[in-house]
Amino acid sequence: MSSDSMTIRTAQVGAGHPWLQTLHEWVTTVDHKRLGILYVLLALLFLIIGGIEAIIIRIQLIRPHNDFVSPQVFNRMFTMHGTTMIFFVIMPVMFGFANYLVPLMIGARDMAFPRLNAFSFWLTAFGGFLLYFSFIGGSGLYGAGNAPDVGWWAYAPLTSRAFSPGHSADYWTIAVLVSGFGSIGTAINIVATILSMRCPGMKLSRMPLFGWLTFVMSGLVLISISPLSAAQIMLLVDRYLGGHFFDTQAGGSATLWMHFFWIFGHPEVYILVIPAFAFASEIIPVFSRKPIFGYPAMVGATVSIAFVSMSVWAHHMFTIGMKSYSNSFFVLTTMVIAVPTGIKIFNWLGTMWGGKIQFKTPMLFCIGFLFQFLIAGLTGIMLGAAPFNWQLSGSYFVVAHFHYVIVGGIMFCLFGAFYYWFPKVTGRMLNETLGKLHFWLFVIGFHLTFDLMHIPGMLGMPRRIYTFEPGRGWEVLNLLVTIGAFIQGIAILLFVANLVFSYFRGPKAGNDPWDAWTLEWSVSSPPPVYNFASIPTVASRRPLWDLKHPEDPDSRYE
Amino acid sequence: MSAITTPIAQTPVAGSLPYKGKVAMACLIIAESAIFTIFVVAYLFYLGKNLTGPSPRAVLAAPIFYTICLLSSSLTIHFASRFLERGKRGPFLALWFLTIVLGGLFLFGTGQEWHRLIYERGLTISTNLFGTTYYSLVGLHATHVTVGLLMLGIVLLFGLAGRVGREQSARLDVLSMYWHFVDAVWVVVFTVVYVLGR
Repeated sequence: MSSDSMTIRTAQVGAGHPWLQTLHEWVTTVDHKRLGILYVLLALLFLIIGGIEAIIIRIQLIRPHNDFVSPQVFNRMFTMHGTTMIFFVIMPVMFGFANYLVPLMIGARDMAFPRLNAFSFWLTAFGGFLLYFSFIGGSGLYGAGNAPDVGWWAYAPLTSRAFSPGHSADYWTIAVLVSGFGSIGTAINIVATILSMRCPGMKLSRMPLFGWLTFVMSGLVLISISPLSAAQIMLLVDRYLGGHFFDTQAGGSATLWMHFFWIFGHPEVYILVIPAFAFASEIIPVFSRKPIFGYPAMVGATVSIAFVSMSVWAHHMFTIGMKSYSNSFFVLTTMVIAVPTGIKIFNWLGTMWGGKIQFKTPMLFCIGFLFQFLIAGLTGIMLGAAPFNWQLSGSYFVVAHFHYVIVGGIMFCLFGAFYYWFPKVTGRMLNETLGKLHFWLFVIGFHLTFDLMHIPGMLGMPRRIYTFEPGRGWEVLNLLVTIGAFIQGIAILLFVANLVFSYFRGPKAGNDPWDAWTLEWSVSSPPPVYNFASIPTVASRRPLWDLKHPEDPDSRYE
Repeated sequence: MSAITTPIAQTPVAGSLPYKGKVAMACLIIAESAIFTIFVVAYLFYLGKNLTGPSPRAVLAAPIFYTICLLSSSLTIHFASRFLERGKRGPFLALWFLTIVLGGLFLFGTGQEWHRLIYERGLTISTNLFGTTYYSLVGLHATHVTVGLLMLGIVLLFGLAGRVGREQSARLDVLSMYWHFVDAVWVVVFTVVYVLGR
């Protein structure tokens, strides 16, 4: 069976305490699958925490003049909610999936640098813990503030010593800096794995789209997380060494921070959404029973999205008053991004067109993603037009828009990915009934919250206000938005319950429950530590199709 | 685990995949370049925006000698690697040591310049915008030189212990990529700080 005599050493510590030994194995692991699972569990933990913060925000805004939390706590909640969800939920979960799946999909035994992998994971994890330690340690010597309350953009001068005494802003800075180094480490690892570890026959043009998109995402991490790290270092210089980078009283510029932040901030959106595209590109073909439509166009579109996304950042800053040339440039580049994104949407539709579509839970989530991401893109085009943006920047319309991208687009794909790959990771299927219930509840809650949230924005409700006056037509809408948030919360709890229940009681999955085509489905579920007993050789984009249909293999047409 | 037989490719892949160490170092260099770009942009953006003195023109002198030291260390490390490739460990160690000396000289030059600026000219990181951007940019580079020297030093120790042979030359090439990058960044920093900035 296996030609190589591979011995798997298990750590011999804590004899007599099996749980201690298990814990030791997980803490010291360098296995890409275990690190992938750790990433995902970390993200789920922070998803619950960030979700609770969102619920607190929504309870506070359920009616005018509510006093569920103080204004100070409200500021901390939206800051922590944003920072947590971006840096400690979506990025880790995407890295988790990439870690778990990339080596399996390209026929490798592990990532290129297993120890760097573990190091990066723990940097991210401790970054997250550091952020939350601020609730305890943020008071510092001054006894002022605890958790960061500067918003996830942390615009200057809010972060200066005068406006953020104590250590709350430092916890934010250092947590984001540390997790940023973790992200860069993982991105380096993914790129090296994809370029150097592919199995024989796995040419770049045969790599599953998941691999391609993860590769592009990692490249984007390298180029755009680093500017954030640089800006955080500058902020630390300002706060600790008395520097003047963002100190307007010494000639520094608050606008420069905005530029630096958004040079990171806009590509970050694509760092988050490209893995979601990757999930959709794997799930939609399998449940349409057709190969992906327009594979080269998909790759090209992804690369051009990444490329163009580097030059659109200032559309977040139209209201600071730029020159008309700058405004026009950033409007045009923003509009241009719609082209490759449109190519992708049409390719997914083309994949579904004429296919035998199976409406299993992963597919349902991906179909939801298609519609919702389209709408999110349309409001994005609206906000990308400078005059429209001048009117609605900083309003709930913007909040609705980017939650449409992140929840309606990214989270939906992510849930689809959970339902799709859970059998591979655990060996058991997720419960389909609970899954469908989760889907429909989440759809209802999502649309109740975020469709309606556009309207108070257009009626003039600014974001980040802790309460509002009655009589402006915002009351009913805010009430409904909050109800929608609770429905989403219930759906997430159902999902977590499904994960736990199915882990113990779900039906056995077998190697390949979805009759899929990529290499990860060729090994047992869960895969053995060494992934492949003998390194596979592939001859087409769908190696398992070739295996199952030797009479009509894909390789004949490539 | 049930073994599966995967179809054998009709045509095996031509050529081999790139060495993962080089790919990873190239990625790190891309990320580091982005960091340096931001610092350089900040430096250029704040040129001439000082509200108080001293100004770059008044206090900066181009460190030509130390620049030559650092840039020539790129040559010495390159030839050190070539010697190791051919298995000539003596010349390798000598050139490797020379690289460390040249890098150390550069760092000494930076230290000397900073000492002069701080104690004679009264320019610290908190004096004015120039101080903030100058010390951050040059300091970021000096940090990279220091890290590089530490890694070069580790290799030297292993080399003196006789543990570095031809089989490590691919790995040392990765390290010398980093060192070349540090030198290339200095060309940019030098141009920005000592040529354009004055």
